[in-house]
Formats: sequence, C-alpha cells, structure tokens
Amino acid sequence: MKILTTRMEAHPSDSHTIERYVATDGYKAARKAILDMSPGECHEEVKASNIRGRGGAGFPCGVKWGFLPPDVRPRYLVINGDESEPGTFKDRQLLERDPHQVIEGIIISAYAIDCNQAFIYIRGEYPKPARRIEQALAEAYDAGYLGKNIFGSGFDLEVTLHLGGGAYICGEETALLNSLEGKRGEPRIKPPFPAVEGLYGKPTIVNNVETISNMPWIVTNGGAAYAAIGPEGSVGTRMFSLSGHVRKPGNYEIVMGMTFREFIEDYGGGVPGDRAVKCFIPGGASAPWFTGDQLDLPITIDDVGNAGSMLGSGAIVVMDETTNVVEAAHSIVSFFAHESCGQCTPCREGTSWLEMVLARILRGQGRPVDLELLLDVSDNIAPGLGWPPKMTTICPLGPSAVSPVTSILRHFRDEVEAMIPAGGPHG
Amino acid sequence: MWIDEKLVPPMTWTTSDRVERILSSYPDRKSAVMPLLYVAMAEYGYVTDEAIREVAGLVGMTSVQVSSVATFYTMYKREELGKYLLSVCTSISCSLLGGRDVLHAVEDETGVPAGETGPERDFSVEHVECIGACGGAPAVQVNYELIEGVGPDKARELVRWLRHAAPAVVRGDEMQTLFGGQRSFDWGPSEAAGATGPLPSLGSIGTMGESK
Repeated sequence: MKILTTRMEAHPSDSHTIERYVATDGYKAARKAILDMSPGECHEEVKASNIRGRGGAGFPCGVKWGFLPPDVRPRYLVINGDESEPGTFKDRQLLERDPHQVIEGIIISAYAIDCNQAFIYIRGEYPKPARRIEQALAEAYDAGYLGKNIFGSGFDLEVTLHLGGGAYICGEETALLNSLEGKRGEPRIKPPFPAVEGLYGKPTIVNNVETISNMPWIVTNGGAAYAAIGPEGSVGTRMFSLSGHVRKPGNYEIVMGMTFREFIEDYGGGVPGDRAVKCFIPGGASAPWFTGDQLDLPITIDDVGNAGSMLGSGAIVVMDETTNVVEAAHSIVSFFAHESCGQCTPCREGTSWLEMVLARILRGQGRPVDLELLLDVSDNIAPGLGWPPKMTTICPLGPSAVSPVTSILRHFRDEVEAMIPAGGPHG
Repeated sequence: MWIDEKLVPPMTWTTSDRVERILSSYPDRKSAVMPLLYVAMAEYGYVTDEAIREVAGLVGMTSVQVSSVATFYTMYKREELGKYLLSVCTSISCSLLGGRDVLHAVEDETGVPAGETGPERDFSVEHVECIGACGGAPAVQVNYELIEGVGPDKARELVRWLRHAAPAVVRGDEMQTLFGGQRSFDWGPSEAAGATGPLPSLGSIGTMGESK
C-alpha cells in the first residue's frame, strides 16, 4: 500500500511535471475540495483520517487545525520543508520527485483552514528541491490552480517559496516563523502556539511536507479510508529514511506496524557482511537509541514511545557491531552544539561541554570523572534524564543532544570506560 | 563633453525588477531580508558591509539588525569565498560511512583546511552538518550542488576535475555521474540547472545557471 510514492515509481522520468501530474488525476482532489466541499467538510475529512504530523512531534493534524481562533484573519499556512534532522531525507524526495503533490496538498489545506497566503520554507542546502518547487509553482499559477479565483470558485491563494539560510533550528516551527519574518531563527516560548499567534502575530498552521502531501489522497478517498490503514495511533503510510550500516539505504514508504528487524532486513537488505546490529536510532538524531536486542519492536509511534524513544522524523540509522559508539555520539552532539541558537544557557553551554568531553575521551585524554561529568551536564539540560525529557529550555534542541549521551552511558558504559586511560593526574 | 561618473546616481542591484518582485512576494518587507542577502551575495561575492546597508535600506531594518540575521545563518558568508565551495558532510550517517576521511581527502587535495579559503581563491572547504543525503552517504556539495556516494578517492578526483575543467556552472547531475555512487533515491531525469557561484542556485534569487 503506497500513497505518496506511487507516481514517482510509476513514472520516474517525468513525475515532477504538471503534464504527468494532471495525466495521473492530479489536481482533481483540489477541484473536488473547492467546488464540491465546504472548508469545514475538508477539515472534517482530515480530522477523520487521524493523520499525525510527519515532521517529528506527531501531533494529530486535524486537531491542530481546530486550534485556529474562528474570527481572526488573515490566517497563514506554512509548509515546513526545512528538513535537517540528521538521518532524514524523505521530504527532499517528495519535493523533488512530486512537487505538484505538495502544491495540491497546500491548496486543499489552505482552503480547509480558510487561508489565502501560504509559504513553503525549504532549507538553503536543498537548491534542487527548491528549483523543482519554483518550477511547479510557476506551472500551477499558469494553469490557474493558484492565484485568483481558483477553479472559478472565488477562492484565492498565493504561495511564496522561501529559502532558508543553513540553520537546523529553523525546523522548529516557531523558529521557522521568526526566520520567515526576517529575524534570527530563534524559537519562541509556547504558548501562544502558532495556531493562535504565529506568523506576523496571526493564526498560522505549520505542517510538514510529508503531512501535506497526503491531503490529495485523503480528499479523494475519504478520511475514514486513510484511518483504516495500519495500526491504531499510527495510521496511514509513512516515509522512513533508512541509512547507516545497511545494504540498501533509502526512503521506503510503508504501513507502520512491522518490526524494525523486518524493515531493516526486508527493505534495507540487512547489514553488510551480515554483521550484527549493535544499536540503531529509531527516529532521527534527537531520539534515544535502541540496541540490537530491541529489533523486534513494532514500528509504531506508541510502541517506540513506550520503549523510551520516538519515531520522530522517521529516520532510522543503523550502526553495526564495528561502530565506535563514542565517535557516533560525538558526531551527533557536535551537530547539536553547532546548531544551538544560543538563547538558553543549559543548551548553549551544555551542548558545547558535552561535545568537548566526548572529544577528549575520543582523543584518549578522557578522565575517570568524565562519565559523571557527562551525566551531570546532561541532567542540567534535561533534569532526571527521563523520556520524554523534562525541559529547561525553550525548545527541544538541548534535550536532543542528551539522547546520544545517555544512550551510550546506559547501553555501552563499559566501552566508554575502556576508552579512558587508567590513573593519570586527573584520576 | 564628458560625464563625471561619480556624479551620476548608479543603477545598482537594489533597483532591479528581481528585488522588487522579492519584496512584493511577502506581506511584510522585512521577510525579504533572507532572499535579498542571497541576491547581494550574488552581486558582491559575499555579504559585504555595503550589502548589509543596502539590504537594511530595502527592507526597513537597521544595519545591525540585518547583520544579526546574516551572521545567524551559516550560508551567508561575510568573507570572500573561493570559486568552488566544497562542503563535506560529517553528521552521523556520513560519519558512519567515512565522511571524516572524505573531508581529509578534500583538505589534502585542495591544500585548504576546513573553514578556510585557498590563497588563489579557487577553493573554500568546510565541513557541514547533515545535508539530507544520508541514504547516499558519504555526501559532498559543490556550491550546494549535491553528489552522493563519494568516497575519499572520488572526492580527490572531483577536486582535480574542478581545478582542470573549471566549469562555469556546476551541476549536481553531471558531478554525480562522474564521481558519485550510492544515491538516497532515484534522481530521475537530469536537469540543466546548476550553480554559478558559492551560493544556492535558484531562479528567483538570480543565481541559477544552465549548461549542457
């Protein structure tokens, strides 16, 4: 069962063109929504679909739309294409290979929430996806699917493409809104949530590229049909980005519910050299790691959440038995230290400390006290070191840097200790 | 008769149709600061002090505010770069598959350490955080055009090719064919568009080049 990747698989040579899109029933769902349904009816279908956001937080989309205050205008729709969670590359494929599916999703969603101005925010390091969207927007305007009086209905919609500047933090929705307002991409304190007070202080819905790409199917087939796919709480199909030590890395659109082992072996072709899986990240660099003996866990939002991690952005990173886990953790912690926006002290200072301590352990200059120091700094960022993390910061970036640290100290403490020279002046 | 050029108000990039189009595509002019910083970079090669003042004037912000934005985002460069910006990913998936070795190969072959620009202004080298090419790790970008599945040897070949062929427009598809390997997904048909300098190639900001 596939929804998002059917066109690009059937028509690899031209799935990004408007000709192919229209020839494969494209824009019929937008026409149906605008001409045959009320905005409220569209919203009801999305609510009935039970689709949860595909950006990372997994919040039910229809519920989010329902938070818009009824009487405040204008409203804005912002599509989050700032995909930059390490391990994740699914939105890149959706933007590049089926840009009109994204645009049709925007038309339907904008109509459903009664909004006339939408933005697509694409990260600056994605020029090709941005070019594809730019081209597709021009085609859609020319064909009358965007602009004034769409399908002669009186409904107007402008869509602006906005290119990011190389800042992971702008994937956080309120940072993205600040960025779009021409400010530094620093997250805002919530509440107020964007649905109430978002872009330019107006009610704003921020949805991920993959979430939006599902809307044409939901309108065509009905929310109930979507809700019937897959296990309860994790309905629909979902794009998973598989990378690391696997024979066939890539994006795979699957129905959730299979185990990680089935996914990694059946889709990813297993680990090269048939080596054992030492550990894996189930949902992007922010997620706590699982070990090889947790491979039989089903891939659902709830199962992964109950086991102390998250499906997050749908990025599964596999590490085989040869992996130096300190090096892997250092790579992830460095990422967060580099991408910290600097607003909150526990994150700004803490991520750099974690990076520095891991780096000296890697250099063979670790100190016996360093394990406790790592835990102490982590505890200052996310007190109690539980999951989901307790927050001392405006956004979850800081706690994300704690995930790899607690993962290696919980599962591979002996390996970390073995890298620290015995004795020495700081012993 | 002669004209003293210093007395004629110059037609600058700030008065172009492109700038007007960018400004008018947002409900608030301030939102145009990011695309306009790209346009200014295309004009000057990097974000100069002059560019900061000009962008500030266009969007109705102070120079300090624009500077604060320009320095927050890593892709706005405040110093002149080389003709080719080589960005090597060292985040987790690339790191697991040898991204660090690729970075060292690129540093060695160009003679430029990460974070710097060579004296001949041919290459700038940097390590970058995840560029969304994890299924095609290790990955490299040249002027933000992507190549996936590039090991250290191919990365060296890429550098030598850039030095000798010195393409005016760098295209991801072409470089992927010549030096790439494993991809994150099927890229589909190749495109003519590519980058003309060390900033992202996009029509609306006027940085898109084309070649066959």
